[in-house]
Amino acid sequence: MIHVLERRSEEALAAASPAKIDVRQLDFFYGKTQALKGVDLPVPADAVTAIIGPSGCGKSTLLRTINRIYELYPDQRAEGEIIIDGRNILDPRYSLSKLRRRVGMVFQKPTPFATTIRKNVAFALSYYERLPKQELADRIEDALRRAALWDEVKDKLDASALSLSGGQQQRLCIARTLAVRPEIILLDEPTSALDPVSTAKIEELIHELRQQFTIVIVTHNMQQAARVSQRTAFFHLGELIEVGDTSQIFTNPRVQRTQDYITGRFG
Amino acid sequence: MQQPHGHTLKAFDQDMAELRGLIIDMGSFAEAAIEEAMRCLVERDVAAAHELVEADVQLDELEAEAERRVLELIALRAPMADDLRDAIAALKIAGVVERIGDYAKNIARRVRRLPEKVEIEPLSLLPEMAKIASSMVHDVLKAFIERDPDRAKSVCARDDALDDFYESIFRTLLTHMMENPQNIGPSTTLLFVAKNLERIGDHATNIAEMVYFAATGERLAESGD
Repeated sequence: MIHVLERRSEEALAAASPAKIDVRQLDFFYGKTQALKGVDLPVPADAVTAIIGPSGCGKSTLLRTINRIYELYPDQRAEGEIIIDGRNILDPRYSLSKLRRRVGMVFQKPTPFATTIRKNVAFALSYYERLPKQELADRIEDALRRAALWDEVKDKLDASALSLSGGQQQRLCIARTLAVRPEIILLDEPTSALDPVSTAKIEELIHELRQQFTIVIVTHNMQQAARVSQRTAFFHLGELIEVGDTSQIFTNPRVQRTQDYITGRFG
Repeated sequence: MQQPHGHTLKAFDQDMAELRGLIIDMGSFAEAAIEEAMRCLVERDVAAAHELVEADVQLDELEAEAERRVLELIALRAPMADDLRDAIAALKIAGVVERIGDYAKNIARRVRRLPEKVEIEPLSLLPEMAKIASSMVHDVLKAFIERDPDRAKSVCARDDALDDFYESIFRTLLTHMMENPQNIGPSTTLLFVAKNLERIGDHATNIAEMVYFAATGERLAESGD
């Protein structure tokens, strides 16, 4: 009974805690096509938020907006606000390099650089700061440990990153993201190219990282969303249909469209 | 609370339909067992009562089958939301219906303890009480199949009638026992029967709460019994 109450209060806390990221009235356009429509989504700091929805629902677009990757493409634009710690990061005056340092992103396919494991992690670090040799080594080890990869690669840091398995490569990418000590980590289907064992390791990692980082994960795998997240947001056709505690969304969604999607009755 | 459309994976619909069918089979069995037990009691049909006791094992088998299917459904189909609530409800309902069958069995067991000639007034009331109990079982399972929370609610309301019946039979039997100690044996038997029927009503009410939760995701407020 006491455990039940503790768990409840933990969930209530996740729902009530102040938003680390506060998406307000966000519209997004690919040229003339609107991909996000008036999205309001507070993302709590101390929880994993999963974004689910069918292909083309706007979930990846939302991630791309949070770190402004879309700015690389001239005909893409976002309107509305994304407030991180009180400041609207969509404001062009908000420094992009500062944003990227605070918001790390891991993609669907592992994207290691064609160089050594060590340099993969060092690269991002030396981009943002100049560190003495020993401190650099420490930071690399720290990042690899946090990504639960250290024990597997500590004896071959100068081997090519491409010699690693897919799952290890993905954890290397996470280590690379962690090395610069971001506050927010965006994961875009991080395990869709991995086998079940590697997937379980990444999920365990997400669980551990949750203590220190605000995590937003986009996933097609609803079981994964259920396993790793405390909050779940369901998107459909560019709109946020429903957001709530993950346990509520998967046992008792309030909106029929959410229910149809998660029970496989869509379309 | 009808489902708007079926699952994309048709085999899932098939599995759910079969599971519901199994629960209905169990319910029909229990309902028939209650009525047959009462007939045996009223007509002192000891032989048929014995058969009824023996037949209860079939209900146990159906329950085991329901449990196997729910496990398989959860393992293979990973049901979510209302599907998950339905699967869990089916599992729990199967257990409760099996218990209802046990109460019918208990009534059948008592038939041979009742002397051939006993004219205690409540014996004429018990079939009426049994009718309410078995109709509650019938309707609550209909509510489950139709995902109808209102029907489930209406079943709960009928439990009071059953409780009132029990209360009045209890008092009447007590009077009989005080009047003539020879009535104590048969009166006690009838009291047990009434108690069994009253318990069946409680179990039907429990099922109604499960059905309501499965259909709506909300708990039915306790009626305070």
